[in-house]
Amino acid sequence: MKKWQCVVCGLIYDESQGWPDDGIAAGTLWQDVPEDWLCPDCGVGKLDFEMIEIG
Amino acid sequence: MSAPVVIVGTGLAGYNLAREFRKLDSETPLLLITADEGRSYSKPMLSTGFAKNKDADGLSMAEPGAMADQLNAEIRTHTRISGIDPGHKQLWIGEEAVPYRDLILAWGAEVIRVPVEGDADDGIFSINDLEDYARFRTAAAGKQRILLLGAGLIGCEFANDLSLGGYQVELVAPCEQVMPGLLHPAAAAAVQAGLEGLGARFHLGPVLASLNHNGDALEAHLSDGTLIECDLVLSAVGLRPRIELAAAAGLAVNRGVVVDRQLRTSHANIYALGDCAEVDGINLLYVMPLMTSARALAQTLAGTPTAVSYGPMPVTVKTPVCPLVVSPPPRGLQGEWSVEGSGADIKALCHDSSGALLGYALTGTAVQDKLALNKLLPALLA
Repeated sequence: MKKWQCVVCGLIYDESQGWPDDGIAAGTLWQDVPEDWLCPDCGVGKLDFEMIEIG
Repeated sequence: MSAPVVIVGTGLAGYNLAREFRKLDSETPLLLITADEGRSYSKPMLSTGFAKNKDADGLSMAEPGAMADQLNAEIRTHTRISGIDPGHKQLWIGEEAVPYRDLILAWGAEVIRVPVEGDADDGIFSINDLEDYARFRTAAAGKQRILLLGAGLIGCEFANDLSLGGYQVELVAPCEQVMPGLLHPAAAAAVQAGLEGLGARFHLGPVLASLNHNGDALEAHLSDGTLIECDLVLSAVGLRPRIELAAAAGLAVNRGVVVDRQLRTSHANIYALGDCAEVDGINLLYVMPLMTSARALAQTLAGTPTAVSYGPMPVTVKTPVCPLVVSPPPRGLQGEWSVEGSGADIKALCHDSSGALLGYALTGTAVQDKLALNKLLPALLA
């Protein structure tokens, strides 16, 4: 499982946690997160996230 | 040595452009100039810091030295440029001339201040950058009552954040609803009710007529005769793109610095993006268009002229007490609004006469529909 960080606001998407508030189940890989998913904190898109850690 | 690419401003626009540029070009000298201390931070987070109990250091993501290393760039902090000489491809810092290969204006917008009668101008703060935020936090320490001026997006975000931070918030704005111009009235009512549930009090209609010291407190007289005692005033009445230096250099300006779809000003080798830029007639003070612009401009600067396109640009407003996502209809397009839901959960949709979705305002649980609706929205700059 990997973690991805929004370069704009620092929010972290952790694949192991998913993002249940937006209907993204725990364990959802970044590549499977919908392309139009937006950063819950600042509203930018997937392109503005970068991988920060491989675990 | 060849002249550097020079970026004026180290906010989200300046730093993210530099970051995108460095992905494509690791060699060209890069110079960033900023009037402030040059720390990297996320401006949208400035209206979330009290609830998260984060001071300015807590919101800072990187020191300028770390940014310089990461970007392989020179960063001049506390440095204000005084003029631009497009004919000679140089800018001025006082008496010092700095040549540029390309110059990018990423210097943002400044707060609008409305004049207020009385002796307590020193009690009025605004928050437009991390240093403003630090000053305000210092001033607010140990205080309890904050008078907010402005019921726009930022005013509402601060009303939510300061309420969660334990402050008694009174909000004054000369409008009939919160976020007029951005938000359907039904959604505005939902957000206002949510904020009132946190204890915020609204005075919609009047303006702050005068502000005076009274012992340790401030006395605010509103134009409708209301008297409010408070400890601090936070002004969030709006932003105005910075255009003066561009205008003085002969660049075309309107509301913002006028740029085309390639973010080029009226002069070759000078570009603008972010809050100061009016792109093909549109000046948007949001992060998503800024990031889209940074990617396109990085391509252009690296030798591949690239026009920027804006898709739908929904705006997430950070009023967690009543979540809100709004996508106002694009300029010039008229439609009919329909409203579903009630209370905190409003789904207001705007359709044109052919039934195509033009915009929306979603509050409460209705924000879950945003991803599906975003697919139906028109692009702002196709």
